Amino acid sequence: MAGGKNGVGLSDPVLVVVQLSGGNDFMNTVIPYGDPFYYDFRKTVGVKEENVLRLDDHFGLHPSLGPLKAMYDAGDVAVVSGIGYPVPDRSHFRSMDIWHTAEPSTVIAEGWLGKVIRELDPTQQNVCTGVSFGQGLPRAMYLMGTPAISLSQLEGYGLLTSIAGERQRKALNTFQRMYVPEEIDEASMVMNHIGQTGIDALTGADMLKVAPELYSSTVEYGNDALSQSLKGIAQVHLAAIGTRVFYAQLPGFDTHGAQIATQAGLLSNLATSVSDFFDDLREHNASENVIMLVFTEFGRRVRDNGNGTDHGSAGGAFLIGDRVKGGFYAEYPSLDPANHLSGDLQFNNDFRSLYSTILDGYFGIAPEPIVNGKFEQFSGMFESVGVQSQ
Amino acid sequence: MTTSTRTDIRLVAHLMRRAAFGAPAWRLEQLAESSYENLVEDLLDVDSKARPEEDLLERFNAEHADEENNKFTGARWFYRMINSDRVLEEKVALFWHNRLATGIAKSNVNLMMRQHLKVLRDYGMGNYRTLLHQISHDPAMLWWLDQQMNHAGAVNENFGRELLELFSMGRGNYTEDDVKAAASAFTGWTHDQSIPRYPNGWWEFSFVFREDDHEYGEKTFLGRTGDLDGGDIVDEIVKQDATAQFIAANLHRFFVSDEPDQKAIDAIAQSYFDSEYEMKPILRNLFHMDEFKNAVYDRIRWPAEHVVNVVNIAGTLTDPYESGVKDLVQQSAMMGQELLNPPTVEGWHTGREWIDSGFLIERVNYASKVLGNPDTPGMRRIIGRISEGRTTISPTELVEKCLYELGCVGLEPRTMKILLGDLVSDESIAIEDDFGTQVCQIIEMIVASREFQLS
Repeated sequence: MAGGKNGVGLSDPVLVVVQLSGGNDFMNTVIPYGDPFYYDFRKTVGVKEENVLRLDDHFGLHPSLGPLKAMYDAGDVAVVSGIGYPVPDRSHFRSMDIWHTAEPSTVIAEGWLGKVIRELDPTQQNVCTGVSFGQGLPRAMYLMGTPAISLSQLEGYGLLTSIAGERQRKALNTFQRMYVPEEIDEASMVMNHIGQTGIDALTGADMLKVAPELYSSTVEYGNDALSQSLKGIAQVHLAAIGTRVFYAQLPGFDTHGAQIATQAGLLSNLATSVSDFFDDLREHNASENVIMLVFTEFGRRVRDNGNGTDHGSAGGAFLIGDRVKGGFYAEYPSLDPANHLSGDLQFNNDFRSLYSTILDGYFGIAPEPIVNGKFEQFSGMFESVGVQSQ
Repeated sequence: MTTSTRTDIRLVAHLMRRAAFGAPAWRLEQLAESSYENLVEDLLDVDSKARPEEDLLERFNAEHADEENNKFTGARWFYRMINSDRVLEEKVALFWHNRLATGIAKSNVNLMMRQHLKVLRDYGMGNYRTLLHQISHDPAMLWWLDQQMNHAGAVNENFGRELLELFSMGRGNYTEDDVKAAASAFTGWTHDQSIPRYPNGWWEFSFVFREDDHEYGEKTFLGRTGDLDGGDIVDEIVKQDATAQFIAANLHRFFVSDEPDQKAIDAIAQSYFDSEYEMKPILRNLFHMDEFKNAVYDRIRWPAEHVVNVVNIAGTLTDPYESGVKDLVQQSAMMGQELLNPPTVEGWHTGREWIDSGFLIERVNYASKVLGNPDTPGMRRIIGRISEGRTTISPTELVEKCLYELGCVGLEPRTMKILLGDLVSDESIAIEDDFGTQVCQIIEMIVASREFQLS
């Protein structure tokens, strides 16, 4: 990679995905406070103009996003507004699946990041190419036959830990041979899935156990789940075991009610942990090859319901990192009711455009097979586009 | 009432894995004395048996008096899954807990969750129409899906939408206008606020219908037009073919196989209509279907099933004064299923998605740890039964006995060969003092196998 400073694994681009589950209200995240329609529609669930963290004379961030504002001011945050997909689905589950699989028209099980992992590591040299922190592997990283590690925390991670010493070594050897998948045939798909997962778990646990031992930092993360996940991600990244795709989640954004307090808490949690994470990487000169995508399955309705907001369509995403050229991408959808799509903001860019930009411009891999089609890319989103040293 | 026909123990083991939480061989042998018909009838006949006295948990373990924490309600549920004579009632409640998924994450009010679980238990094996009516009156569900904010003139669609999408018909079988009509019909359906706990103790939440907050007037839902209210919506929903298919497909996935089989699903859907939505006849037909009997080990165990099965084999937590039942809540959570706290209203992603590297590690570690201990009542019994009346045993027979004792566990030939090669070296094993340890070392690896993840 051109212009690399120094430090860990600079040659390989790394993507951290942070999923905000439940449908984050983008209108109260990046707030069009200069638009009178905003206050017409957000009579109770709105942010007062004097509280908005101004980005310019029209848009501002939610007051809980202070640390993100600082990163924006440093030019490290790209805001993609008006993001969505054709025929918006207001079901959390379906919409999340669509984002995970990059396939809005039919239900498929293969995740887009699973395909990225396969592309980055086609011969499966490294089971830790994809690592997800949290409860359960997200469908985005799921791809039959492609390994990905899921763990809740690094501490104590390992197999057959109740067996000690030499007998454990033997037991793990037995386990390894019991789980090695046989030739794939339809009848044994489930057994092979369990088998491959077991083998990956075994290999992954061996690789990951060094990460906390190698790590030291002055950054003190919060005790909340996202902070702890991002700390784990920093530890694994700094251990330089070759992980290229990380995943973390922050749930709770389904704010039909009590939105003001709930969203403020969650956004504060997000901004603080993300800022701590990048501070940590910078302290180790390891931030330059890391970008973070923050997304949610949909935005919320334009008009609040008196206490919260209901499921909407067009939402927003952030792309964050040293390599990211900050600023606004895509148009913020019009709040004018004449332009609504049955009470929702109209999306004006397909989320697969952002995926394609990341895949092509950052990873340097062909987006079409991963996003299931050709989508226009954002130009100039990265400081040095398409650079990937081998 | 009995016939002299006994049942193949492997079929009993299968039935018990599906209609209960599996059982070790000594228990299966008792059950195999009955005919299959009688076993099914006995499982379905929950009403003539008493429920376990879970209040004793609280008497012996003060911590179980913590009614504000879902972990203790989860613990009481595990206690019932392990000990209830009405075990199918608990299994069916678990099924509904995933299908009509509601959790504590949003309300943080466990009292609501206790009431909710009682609805699943009291009505889960009754009529599905009644169950949907009950769920539409259930404070936990109403809160979870924002019904208290579904007002006349300010409709909140959350409950109306999920009722159709996730609880009955499934996506693609209704229009956005149907969602709007359903949501409107449920305006004013809410619950009261519980009074403070002190000094009066617990005060249950109750359903309230606020007439002045209800949108009266003509609505059209699934082709029926009239001044519909929430009850009419439920009555209309249950009549739909899509609902029969949806419920049948979900029952099939839970009780029969992770892989859908349209012919079997159609048969279940037919009994849904034939019985007019009565769960017991539907389940009776299901358990007698060849597709059911042949679906041995065709699904991946749910974490809660795995945990209860392991405990059943270990023979522990059968008395309310034994501590440890609340740990099961955490164990199951680490495997991906925290009871009373599903990830979303969609419930859990089941089947293959139960198995990721993190969850698999927890499943394997838990089973190996618990069943690798020779000092539990269940393992002492198994060791005693294997060694009874002999002084030596051959390696093959020993591994086969272990598989049988765990509840007729089936291993692929390759796994069997590996276990035999790795775990037993002598041609004949003497039954001596350390025999129990040897048995446990074999069982420790059997329950770490791929096959043991199946049900």
